Amino acid sequence: MIEILQDYGLNFLVGQYPHGPLGGLAMTLIVAALGIVLSFPIAIIFALARISPYRSLRWLSKGVVNFVRGIPLLMLIFWCYFVIPIVTGYSVSGFTTLVVALVIYEAAYLSEIIRSGIEALPKGQTEASQALGGSYALTVRSVILPQALFNVLPGMTSQFISTIKETSLGYVIAVNELTFSANQVNNMLLTQPLQVFTILAATYFLVCFVLTRTLSTIETRIRRNRGMA
Amino acid sequence: MNATVRDAAIVSFDNVSKWYGEYRALENISIDIPKGQVVVVCGPSGSGKSTLIRTVNGLEPIQEGRIILDGTDVHARKTDLNQLRQKVGFVFQHFNLFPHMSVLDNVTFAPIKIQKKPKDEARDFARKLLDRVGLAEKADTFPGFLSGGQQQRVAIARALALRPPVILFDEPTSALDPEMVGEVLLVMKSLASEGMTMVCVTHEMGFAREVGDRIVFMDQGKVILDDTPDQFFSKSDHPRVQRFLADIRREA
Repeated sequence: MIEILQDYGLNFLVGQYPHGPLGGLAMTLIVAALGIVLSFPIAIIFALARISPYRSLRWLSKGVVNFVRGIPLLMLIFWCYFVIPIVTGYSVSGFTTLVVALVIYEAAYLSEIIRSGIEALPKGQTEASQALGGSYALTVRSVILPQALFNVLPGMTSQFISTIKETSLGYVIAVNELTFSANQVNNMLLTQPLQVFTILAATYFLVCFVLTRTLSTIETRIRRNRGMA
Repeated sequence: MNATVRDAAIVSFDNVSKWYGEYRALENISIDIPKGQVVVVCGPSGSGKSTLIRTVNGLEPIQEGRIILDGTDVHARKTDLNQLRQKVGFVFQHFNLFPHMSVLDNVTFAPIKIQKKPKDEARDFARKLLDRVGLAEKADTFPGFLSGGQQQRVAIARALALRPPVILFDEPTSALDPEMVGEVLLVMKSLASEGMTMVCVTHEMGFAREVGDRIVFMDQGKVILDDTPDQFFSKSDHPRVQRFLADIRREA
């Protein structure tokens, strides 16, 4: 296994770059980061729509979230891959397709996590802000979201981890990410699939583990600073 | 009630009624609260006293009547409620401090984020208020590190930060351990002695007797009695009031 890493470590890390397209772990991290960063604000908007006083917004949000959660991510990726070019007339790269599909998919799940966080806050928090004359926007921005998002950090961490692992589905539409690179290495070696895919699994695990530990350390530190149980 | 009395009132209820579905929570309430008066609202649980003061700043809607706060109809459609709420402090039973902000940030929240006051000015005033409630040294800690009594005193400072002409207290000591009730009442007494207009829903009959100018006794959504503490405690022969006082004494 160490030999494989010595010979093909760079393939795992960056794919064929700089002689070919960027791939491997670097590409996986880029796709995952984009997926998380772009889905986050969308998820907040969907969560707020879901609990808004306007019925149409609530129904729209609920409809979209339930629809997206009801289809497999792989289906969503295929759907984006084949349908978007037909509908728009433009061909879209695998990379863009994967990011778009991931963002839609993760936003749906993340919005439910965020909604649960908002709904779990004591009503008194909203009332305290209102009683001081705080507008809806200020109350959401300064009182509700900072607390709700922090409280659901563990749930969001799970979702972030899912996002990282789900980038591997980009393989099926030939996005040059980690799994794709691993498969290339496997095709070159031909005889050592166990070792190659063990390295692949270990790499995913390591990335997810680092993210989990980082977020939980941050959470613990903030809790301690604020005197929260 | 004549016009001159109404003019002097900073809060005035005019035939206010409120329903929760079929249940009538407030029934034809008419009270005038003049500037500088300390009004204690009491009554058995479920009598509508908390609901009553929550209608004053529009936390609860009403279905009938009018509530005039400092010349403005609270529940009128065209009233800017966020603007009006800056004129009335509200202290909650469960404090409702913002746990993710430091004590100082809690107190400066409204002046800085809502009234857009300069930060230095808001912080100076907030430190003065914290000093006044005896918590100057806690400015930079978080509410999670404070006792219930300390949190409630911060909440009072937060309500005072907008310099409101009226403060509403919704059972401010009911969620506190007995040994912490005194420190909160002390702050409230000092406010009263400075001429602050206060409406307090409370079971603290000692406070009512000592500080209250007037006691409003409610039962089943109605004002049963509205009188001075002396009259209320010694001479009231209303059976419901007597039963309430007996219950309170048994608890104490």
